[in-house]
Amino acid sequence: MNGSEVVTGAQVELSAASEQKSAGKSSGFPADFLFRKFTGFVAFIVAATLVAIMISLIIEGWSALHTFGWKFLITSTWDPVSNVYGALVFIVGTLLSSLIAMVIAVPVSFGIALFISELSPRWLRGPISAVIELLAAIPSIIYGMWGLLVFAPWFGNIEPWINDHLGVIPGIGMLFQGPPMGIGMLTAGIVLAIMVIPFIASVMRDVFMITPAALKESAYALGATTWEVARHVILPFTRRAVTGGIFLGLGRALGETMAVTFIIGNANNLSASLLMPGASIASVIANEFTEATTPLYKSSLLALGLILFVITVVVLALAKLLLLRLDASLEGKKA
Amino acid sequence: MISLYTRRQLINKINLTIAVLMTVFGVFWVVWILWTTLRYGLPALNLQLFTQDTPPPGADGGGLRNAFVGSLLLLGVAVAIGTPIGVLAGTWLGEFAVKHRLGAVVRFLNDILLSAPSIVIGLFAYAILVDPLGHFSGYSGAVALALILIPVVVRTTDEMLRLVPGSLREAAIALGTPHWKMVTKITWKAASTGILTGIILGIARISGETAPLLFTALNNQYFSMDMNHSMANLPIVIFQFALSPYANWQKMAWAGAFVAVGFILVLSLSSRWLLSRGTKL
Repeated sequence: MNGSEVVTGAQVELSAASEQKSAGKSSGFPADFLFRKFTGFVAFIVAATLVAIMISLIIEGWSALHTFGWKFLITSTWDPVSNVYGALVFIVGTLLSSLIAMVIAVPVSFGIALFISELSPRWLRGPISAVIELLAAIPSIIYGMWGLLVFAPWFGNIEPWINDHLGVIPGIGMLFQGPPMGIGMLTAGIVLAIMVIPFIASVMRDVFMITPAALKESAYALGATTWEVARHVILPFTRRAVTGGIFLGLGRALGETMAVTFIIGNANNLSASLLMPGASIASVIANEFTEATTPLYKSSLLALGLILFVITVVVLALAKLLLLRLDASLEGKKA
Repeated sequence: MISLYTRRQLINKINLTIAVLMTVFGVFWVVWILWTTLRYGLPALNLQLFTQDTPPPGADGGGLRNAFVGSLLLLGVAVAIGTPIGVLAGTWLGEFAVKHRLGAVVRFLNDILLSAPSIVIGLFAYAILVDPLGHFSGYSGAVALALILIPVVVRTTDEMLRLVPGSLREAAIALGTPHWKMVTKITWKAASTGILTGIILGIARISGETAPLLFTALNNQYFSMDMNHSMANLPIVIFQFALSPYANWQKMAWAGAFVAVGFILVLSLSSRWLLSRGTKL
């Protein structure tokens, strides 16, 4: 650990560095050393939690992973009666509901970010951002209740129309055929989309806002329309961070529990139709954990938790890596 | 055949209109969800809600007193555990490890923890506390909530400390102030609004969390302040009541949802207000 960094903290300036070094020597209190080490230790504990979660889930899920091996990942039998467990239905359900969410949330977030950064009058920016961010503050159990008791019945009335119009398209038509129950994979995807829009939109808005004005202006000077500037200047310039924002939203969608548990329908089978009920990793854990009687059953649910954790950590780590540059440029702007 | 110019103008208009519609679409959901909570929650609100405990299935009347008290206790213990840990870890990042490689790694891991699924955090609390001790407890629920709170506090503390001007630190050190004193008396003070905002945001985040409580605090039909046993709490009661077939329970779930959303909105608005006031300094 370098002395000058320790003393100056955040705002290390080259000109101040030499003064700081001599000041550092004079303040050689043992309390300083202890304070630094203690805060460092606490920070280390926080970071180590991630590893601890991984290890504890491996230990708890071991008996399931050991019993079923790789088959746990690729079989779809989930039968507590005969004590045979496979995670495929839930892995597919998690990925599929999140995919639907992304298909809806990404263009909507792009539209919102574009509106806030390029089209909106200045006075409207703050309020619109605040309202969209409210979506992130509403707890997921409220989304679940609203989804089950208000949105699903309403959506159930739309589904016959979907059956008749989208269901007849050759090829993808089978995705949209099914009983109009309101709940199911598609409903879960739509509600997930609403839940992750604020996360994706706020990242997009932030990077759109810091796109250098000179770049945009030079395109406008060539006669480009606002859309062309957005499509051919802003988007390529911010591509990395935008992808990061999408991954961040995906990470959220994959792990979302309560809302999905309410509206996905909780059926342990695979179905070609998006209108049919399904299940996700999070929803099956939430539903069955307190009912899991045998050790192998419980261990299988914890192994599911491990799979979910590994998937989300990979996605979130990617998001974070892609967004690192955004952090740096935002800081540069603040300074 | 329309000219290229007209076509470009047309595409521009169409796409910008879509962008406006998307924004309306986003705002529409907020309004719908808040309106629903208001419409079903408000009529179900009464004094009984705060003075009586949860009713048995099918019975009339009753309130959510045990759930409110349980939730507040869980929040209180979670904040008591999470805040000092979060502030200290954030202090290390913001004061001692700004350009440190180890600091960057810790910051990276903390950010992943920040977005990690809360259900997994709940499973972790189950694995380290409930399973070894053999029973569900309020403490394990509070630990799970604290684990969700900590990364929020770490992140804001780190960011806010980095905004404190270096000249403040230099002034303190020039007077011969020990470094630990400089941090605790000067930089913490300068960043206090920001750190407080982080704590409030963290509380807003955990006060609606349901999934981690399913395997930890669980639920309790009766009034209990014993953190060592399973404990009623608002999110789980809403979950249980909303999925039940009883009209009275469903009504109460909406009332609980209304109170929860109101609480969280007040917290997020006050943190926004604090932050806007703090940055003007």
